[in-house]
Amino acid sequence: MHDSHKFKIPMGPQHPALKEPESFSIALKGEKILGVEIRLGYNHRGIEKACEERSYIQDIYLIERVCGICSHSHSTCFIQAVEEIACLQIPERAKYIRTLIGELERIHSHLLWLGVAGHEIGFDTLLMYTWRDREVVMDLLAELTGNRVNYAINTIGGVRRDVSEQQALDVLKAVDILEERTKYYIGIATTETSIIKRLLGVGVLSHEDALRLDAVGPTARASGVTRDVRRDDPYAAYGSLSFDVITDNHNDVYGRTLVRVKELLESFKIIRQVIKDMPAGPLSVKAPRKIPAGEALSRYEAPRGEDMHYIKSNGTEKPERVKVRAPTLANVQAVKHMLKDRYLADMPIVIAAIDPCFSCTDRLISVDYLDTNRKQIIKWQDLHAYSIAWHRRHGIDFTKLNKETRGAGF
Amino acid sequence: MIKALFSILVFPGLIFVGVLSFFAEFADRKLHARLQNRIGPPWFQPFADFIKLVAKEEIIPKEANSTIFQIAPVFALASVITAFLYIPLWDTRALFSFDGDVIVVLYLLTLPTMAIFIGGWYSTSLFARIGSVRAITQLFAYEIPLFMGILSAALLADTWSLYGITVFYNNHPLFWLSNIIGFFVSLIALMGKLEKVPFDAPEAETEIVAGSFTEYSGRFLALFRLTLDIEMVAGASLLAAVFLPVGLNLPLFARFTIYLAEVLFIVGLIALLRTIFARLRIDQMIRFCWKYMVPLGFIQLLINLVLKGILSR
Amino acid sequence: MKPGRMMHQVLHSLFKKPATNLYPYEKLEMAGKIRGKLKFYPQKCIGCKLCMRDCPSGAITIKKTGEKQFEAEIDLGKCIYCAQCVDVCPKGALEFTQDIELAELDGAKLKVVFRNGPQDSPQEKTS
Repeated sequence: MHDSHKFKIPMGPQHPALKEPESFSIALKGEKILGVEIRLGYNHRGIEKACEERSYIQDIYLIERVCGICSHSHSTCFIQAVEEIACLQIPERAKYIRTLIGELERIHSHLLWLGVAGHEIGFDTLLMYTWRDREVVMDLLAELTGNRVNYAINTIGGVRRDVSEQQALDVLKAVDILEERTKYYIGIATTETSIIKRLLGVGVLSHEDALRLDAVGPTARASGVTRDVRRDDPYAAYGSLSFDVITDNHNDVYGRTLVRVKELLESFKIIRQVIKDMPAGPLSVKAPRKIPAGEALSRYEAPRGEDMHYIKSNGTEKPERVKVRAPTLANVQAVKHMLKDRYLADMPIVIAAIDPCFSCTDRLISVDYLDTNRKQIIKWQDLHAYSIAWHRRHGIDFTKLNKETRGAGF
Repeated sequence: MIKALFSILVFPGLIFVGVLSFFAEFADRKLHARLQNRIGPPWFQPFADFIKLVAKEEIIPKEANSTIFQIAPVFALASVITAFLYIPLWDTRALFSFDGDVIVVLYLLTLPTMAIFIGGWYSTSLFARIGSVRAITQLFAYEIPLFMGILSAALLADTWSLYGITVFYNNHPLFWLSNIIGFFVSLIALMGKLEKVPFDAPEAETEIVAGSFTEYSGRFLALFRLTLDIEMVAGASLLAAVFLPVGLNLPLFARFTIYLAEVLFIVGLIALLRTIFARLRIDQMIRFCWKYMVPLGFIQLLINLVLKGILSR
Repeated sequence: MKPGRMMHQVLHSLFKKPATNLYPYEKLEMAGKIRGKLKFYPQKCIGCKLCMRDCPSGAITIKKTGEKQFEAEIDLGKCIYCAQCVDVCPKGALEFTQDIELAELDGAKLKVVFRNGPQDSPQEKTS
């Protein structure tokens, strides 16, 4: 089977392993992967630009649609930045409700991931069971917010819906069911032979590499990097809640699985505290339609890792600049590193293990030349060269670092 | 002459085995679904799938060798149906039999994999080529345990014909027990042959789309799918004939029911096993076969040799 | 390591009711207030058009039809069901219902117009 031919196979932009269009061009020798070329840009929607054309209130709902899974993460991250610019102090109860929805979203995202991981290694039974149990949390989110995916519970200055006594009880009941199921899945993931065979030692990203490539979220934590925005830079109600940051030293896909399933248990712990400690009070404060001039950077620990939003306002109803850095963009560079010298069969699970969301990640640089009315799209290489040149002009030389990361960057 | 043609084409030949294989596929899919807490397809789903595929346009890739691409599925189907005709079903004697037909049946059941390999290879798609190479690699891993399992049962019966094997075990019912290891080794090898999870690396959806079948569509894909279904029934019938020959002295109706129950039992076992495992990588699959299945096959062979020595004394 | 660890669970499922919902045949009970199709009360509207201004997708159009008479055209194809218009309306002239089965083969039917009927009751017409 190890024929001497080297050939390239295209994984994507359309491929059953990837639910979103992204191109992984894989150089193979037999079953061994020699190298991977990643190309972004198939799913670019221009949301950042669209945000600049709309008012802050309209942007909340647009930003929420950056990602289908972590919609609450993006909208909260955006709103936190806006609130910081406008110097709004949101009520305590709103903070707790945001935390509650955020953690429920983490549960739904991690359970979804577990199913997808099962599917990628051909274990469809795990997919069917986890997604069945995920319906519990989906129904709960629909009950609390009014929609299964785009919750629209955030507004500038607070939240839009209250959590009633009855709903709080429903949450606790659902958490009990989910906790029992999660413990079962932890048992499966840590003892089922064929799962361990497919996960252990696959897609290794060492501690040093995780730091060097700036991995975030469970991908970094599975390489022993204790980094979690919820603890490092508490937002919403996380400052007054107690929880552990789960890390693992397996450095591989198995470690990432363990981190995610154990994070589920932490989420249950957080939700119980939130329901117990939730203070009474108003839901939101009045927010001005015109946000004063200023800029803010907001961080949020999305289920996939650290999400970052930068907003610059100019005193009007519309933001001047919105910048979204979704967690996948930080992690996707690590994929190339993880796939080195692995088998073709490991490719789906290694890509899936960073829990990629390519529509969040996609970007495109287009330059309009005002004088000649000409348009140019800058490719990654050009942008890279431009960035190096710019920094050199400002007295920073990246040449050395660039040499080190050439194998890992794309 | 007409009688022989009827036997080959209608009962228990092409049409009967076709219908039976659709029901076997239905049983497999339904059980798989119910084990996963889903509803699963209605009973006519395999028929509907087949008719839909036959009615669809078939596309032959420009680069492909069109003759081989079209012949491969027919070749595969012909070989499994021929194999089926040599397997004793609810009788001690198959439609055709001669001394040494065990080897012929095992050989004929190998041919579909070769046809899949050739069809996939000549369709020139990269995914199909990787799938084909995996299919043929896998063949060398599961074929030997399968031969060991079935031939050690033949060894104990001291015959090379399926007729002799069924008669021997029907007359000496207690000897089934000595073949239990062989039965499970053969069952797992059969799963490799049918490319079921955990041995479905040759058509791993998330890696290589549909493996050898990537470029196949319409009639040709329908024939390949029918081949795999019939291969499942033929494999199950072979295991039933060799390892579970029960009540072959009973009246015809009872024997027929027992035969169906045995096939259903084996299909059910396959459905259960494919539900509870993840797909193995091709290197893991081969290591598994050589590390566990072949030694188990050897143990079975030793047990039967010792038993035979005791018996012939 | 235990091979086939899920064996017990899958065999158990065999004797349990499937979790699949037979959706179009069995309707699902949605707990809580799902944000569905919008409803407009023409007699409450004062024509401030705040809803039009805040709508992220431009799905609402309020038209003046007479003295203190307004009608609303809601394009359900554009609506993203965020209910921001309900929040912003100072007079409560907009409301969301729990009607979420809105798929339509004919695109024109997705444009819903609410206007005052003969007895001053809201009347829903598809344009």
